[in-house]
Amino acid sequence: MDIRSAAIDLGLISPEIIILASAMVVLLLGTVLKSRGLMAFLSLLGLVVGLVLVLQQWSQPQSGYYGMVLKDNFSVFFSVVFIMTAIITLLMARDYLIAKHIDRHEFYTLLMFSTVGMMLMAGSTDLVVIFLGLEIMSVPLYVMAGMNKIDPKSNESGIKYFMIGAFASSFLVFGIALLYGASGTTDLRRIMADFSFLKMQSELLLYSGALLVMTGFAFKVAAVPFHMWVPDVYEGAPTPVTGFFSVGPKAAGFAALLRICVYGFSGMAELTAVFWLLAVLTMVVGNVLAIFQNNIKRMLAYSSIAHAGYILVALTAGGEGAVSSAVYYLLAYMFFNLGGFTIVTIIDSRTGSNSQIDEIKGLAGRHPYLASLLALFMFALAGFPPTAGFMGKFYIFSEAVRNGFVWLTVIAVMNSLVSVFYYLRVVVAAFFGKPDQEFSPVSFSPALFIALLVTAVGTLALGCFPGYWLELSQMSMFPII
Amino acid sequence: MNHSLYLIILLPLLGFLLNGLLLGRLKKGFVSFIACASVGLSFVWGVKVFFELLAMPEGARAIQETLFTWIPAGQFQVDFSLLFDPLSSVMVLVVAGVSFIIHIYSIGYMHDDPGFGRYFTYLNLFVFAMLTLVLADNYLLMFVGWEGVGLCSYLLIGFWFEKKSASDAGKKAFIVNRIGDFGFLIGLFIIFWQVGSLNYADVFARAPEVFAVGGGVITAATLLLFLGATGKSAQIPLFVWLPDAMEGPTPVSALIHAATMVTAGVYMIARSNVLFMMAPTTLAVVAIVGLATALMAATIALAQNDIKRVLAYSTISQLGYMFAACGVAAFAAGIFHLMTHAFFKALLFLGSGSVIHAMAGQQDMRYMGGLKKQQPATFVTFFIATLAIAGIPGFSGFFSKDEILWKSFSSDFGSPILWAVGLFTAILTAFYMFRLVYLTFYGEGRMDNHTKAHLHESPKVMTVPLMVLAVLSVIGGYVGIPHVLGGSNRFEQFLHPVMTGLHGGADTSEHVLTSAGHSAGTELTLMIGSVVLILIAIYMAYYLYLKNIDLAGRIRNNLSGVHALLHGKYFVDEIYGALIIRPLINGSLFLWKIIDVFVIDGIANGLASIVGDISTGVRPVQTGTMRTYATMILAGAVVLIGYFIIR
Amino acid sequence: MASYAAVLIFLLLGIGLVLVTFFTARLIRPSNPYKEKNQTYECGERPFGDSWVQFNNRFYIFALLFVIFDVEVVFLFPWAVAFNQLGLFALIEMVIFIVILVFGLVYAWKKGVLKWV
Repeated sequence: MDIRSAAIDLGLISPEIIILASAMVVLLLGTVLKSRGLMAFLSLLGLVVGLVLVLQQWSQPQSGYYGMVLKDNFSVFFSVVFIMTAIITLLMARDYLIAKHIDRHEFYTLLMFSTVGMMLMAGSTDLVVIFLGLEIMSVPLYVMAGMNKIDPKSNESGIKYFMIGAFASSFLVFGIALLYGASGTTDLRRIMADFSFLKMQSELLLYSGALLVMTGFAFKVAAVPFHMWVPDVYEGAPTPVTGFFSVGPKAAGFAALLRICVYGFSGMAELTAVFWLLAVLTMVVGNVLAIFQNNIKRMLAYSSIAHAGYILVALTAGGEGAVSSAVYYLLAYMFFNLGGFTIVTIIDSRTGSNSQIDEIKGLAGRHPYLASLLALFMFALAGFPPTAGFMGKFYIFSEAVRNGFVWLTVIAVMNSLVSVFYYLRVVVAAFFGKPDQEFSPVSFSPALFIALLVTAVGTLALGCFPGYWLELSQMSMFPII
Repeated sequence: MNHSLYLIILLPLLGFLLNGLLLGRLKKGFVSFIACASVGLSFVWGVKVFFELLAMPEGARAIQETLFTWIPAGQFQVDFSLLFDPLSSVMVLVVAGVSFIIHIYSIGYMHDDPGFGRYFTYLNLFVFAMLTLVLADNYLLMFVGWEGVGLCSYLLIGFWFEKKSASDAGKKAFIVNRIGDFGFLIGLFIIFWQVGSLNYADVFARAPEVFAVGGGVITAATLLLFLGATGKSAQIPLFVWLPDAMEGPTPVSALIHAATMVTAGVYMIARSNVLFMMAPTTLAVVAIVGLATALMAATIALAQNDIKRVLAYSTISQLGYMFAACGVAAFAAGIFHLMTHAFFKALLFLGSGSVIHAMAGQQDMRYMGGLKKQQPATFVTFFIATLAIAGIPGFSGFFSKDEILWKSFSSDFGSPILWAVGLFTAILTAFYMFRLVYLTFYGEGRMDNHTKAHLHESPKVMTVPLMVLAVLSVIGGYVGIPHVLGGSNRFEQFLHPVMTGLHGGADTSEHVLTSAGHSAGTELTLMIGSVVLILIAIYMAYYLYLKNIDLAGRIRNNLSGVHALLHGKYFVDEIYGALIIRPLINGSLFLWKIIDVFVIDGIANGLASIVGDISTGVRPVQTGTMRTYATMILAGAVVLIGYFIIR
Repeated sequence: MASYAAVLIFLLLGIGLVLVTFFTARLIRPSNPYKEKNQTYECGERPFGDSWVQFNNRFYIFALLFVIFDVEVVFLFPWAVAFNQLGLFALIEMVIFIVILVFGLVYAWKKGVLKWV
């Protein structure tokens, strides 16, 4: 067979190549040049070029490398989310890294490596490639969590994430192996095509494999009971990294889950019950435990668990509408969650900060605009109109109801009711709290301004004018090709 | 014809954006000018469209305007579109009009407040949200407005957040309202699930095909909608937030917590009359809850000493009336009372604000008295409003309240018992309102000398709005003179096309519910009887609180148990605290302890101490914890797969 | 299923063989321990101290670098064997692969990993 022509198409993976190349250039240049600002700029440039290249691929589904790489609208949509997440993280991280004396160029490299891993995860229907992507994404994350070497908590975060992550990966690999044993292939499209036959022939292998694969990704999206690492890791990691954790890997995990479970195993009706249970557990545990947190990063960690629960509601509902609602929610979640983290990062950059909710007290008196934005993001997280949070939740819940999951919806709405309580606490602290001492002002840079602008505009645009974005998310459904 | 409906909501939004973005950079005069002008223009535009609406033929009075497709086609389509029909036109005029008057008043009332700009910013946002709520042509947009007004209410209750009680009250309002919103949202999802749309027109047109009359689904959906209404409109069991909401500035109490926002629940039910008419059980619940709330709040109001709290309970009570009207399928009467109530209750609150202003912040009526002389304008207008709320013939409250009482007696859904409870409440209302007037404006001044020396009439910018509202409180009722008094109840006729639930969609000029089987004589007898009883109640108030003050004290002492119960507002807050909030907190704390403390720390520490003995080099807690985490993952996977194998 | 039976038998045989040899060895071997014999075997060198010591964690990074280039060879061998059939394109691919690895080496070098302080 001629290896050269048919399969290899560099244009197909040009965004990944560009981002990887700039990551490596930054890695090397950083050892020679001292200017970290230049490194950040180069990384930003690489990511933006990658974003532009990805956008070119919209609406032109193509496949290559013997079907290992698939660039349909679904993967393009997610790639955009990943790259945007990386860009916003980069923008918000700069000042924090400087303030904490960990402004190392490796941070930018790792960020980009991880982004490429996510893009691979979303851009394939082959389980082996998805797994490769997962590992390329995860390994840099472990290092990023432990970036702040002199902070024991950061070290703890990194080592914990690494150990538990490796453990969870083993489930995934085992699951893939079982699936291969059952079907003789790792390509989801072929598993799906022969599903009923395979089910008849080797149901136990197939189902065990599917469930183990699901476990592996449930870990990444932090579904209960695979969530326990989340609070510790989120609390210890440097704040911008936590922001990145709570959006990027989660979206990537959901991309894979959507591909595998809603598409690949659409014939496996029993999965609905599993998702139902996972969704309920995840929402309830996330929301209830978030109430008691005094550390804002820990609170947001539990909140991100709860949000994974809402998206699992969409997965439970299944079907095309549910996929597009999950995709829409992830896009919306990216904006308001990163927005929230940007502000937490800004506040955390002050010396002596410990990310306690009490430290936000008096923010409104000193920085009214920042406090208003914080309120906006918190209300979006709580699901208030006219923010993106409301639209996203509304879309997911109405899809669930439309498919007859009324009780699940009732539970979900009750949960979002509970969630108001702890998001409100942050707003109350910012606006109504009396600071113990004078609120020490935060420093503000153009990069932070851009990050806040993008996230705030996104949060409002997706809430007030959801039409265009909903159409995009509906166009991102598979199967294509 | 282009009516540019969007201007009505756009203008307050612009005002909000201008004032909000330039917060702290504008002079006070300019801030108040922007705020008042935006709302005023919005009102003017509303009036203009209203006349255009009137010019249309009666059956076709509806202006619909789609601004843009909000959620595109696909599973469901929702447009961002506005609907100006008789029902929403009444609401728009009341909301924009009263808001404008209260904006003007606020210039004077808030003049020395450091948060002047912030106040008007919130207020404009509120007007925008409220107008969106009433102008929406689908439930989703209505819900957006619904949440928006809730948010503004929260911001304005906690406006003086330096006071802990204020920010606590704000939080309470917000959280109690969320319970109602939960019901509302689930109700919407059920409707969407069954009908496949949230547009009023689609829902109402398809409801008869989709739902069985009196069926479980429609009953559940309407009950859930009603739960939403009880939250927003402070009915049993969710009324507890409204009295605390009086922590906000008085004009806010007048605008949001008396005239407009709290009536959103009534509007929503009147709007959904088609659905509610299909669920007789829900209607009965609405009527009973409404009247029970009216009665309970009126009795509490008897024993309160804080002038604003009396008015707050009075508001709850009057809202109960409106729900009672909806519950007996007299939606038009409910909206009628909503309108007249907006006038006289706004006036009462603004009047009390004027009094509090003069009393330098004192709100306790036991330290007032004799203010008639110092505040003539306030007194006269306040007195007019009191006559209106008491239901004295000739004033607006008489017409609307009588309409409700009569409908609760004569409607197919009514009964003499409902009427009797309603009448008793009306008598109590007259009593406690005149108690308030006598304690505040008549008799000897009981304030200290320093305050006494500083008593003054409020400035023109505050008294002129009072006068305007006073005029409205008198004439507001004449749009709905009942047939028995020689009128033609034009108000009900005007709203008739919207009340499709009452006449099965076909537009007939025949009024199904008008005094079927009851003679005009009965109606007249009941009307006169109730007026006489109300007059007696007023005399009793006069006798007890002006003529023979000792007697009131004696009665209070002899009935100390009852008084304590009423003064303590039936201890509902305490009961909720003991029955719901405490167990909830304990429950979640327990859960937290189980999961976080017991499972993680407990097992972890247990394991850790064993592990720690073996390997001293590694930090023991973390090893243990990670093991737990890994064990949980393993256990989760095993349970999942085990379930499939055993199954 | 029949094909798996062979695996099972092979597995059992494998385990069994080990157990049997150990057991027979224990039966027939002479037992004569003394101090020198119980010492850790270190390629004929005289051992110093216990073998349970903390290693300098620089070894760890050396080990990592070693593993990376060790694994690289796994790719290089099959490529070298089939070099004639694969042609120019595979050569370029392999060069890219090695260049990427060299990037890593240069980075490590620059970071001073290879210097023993």
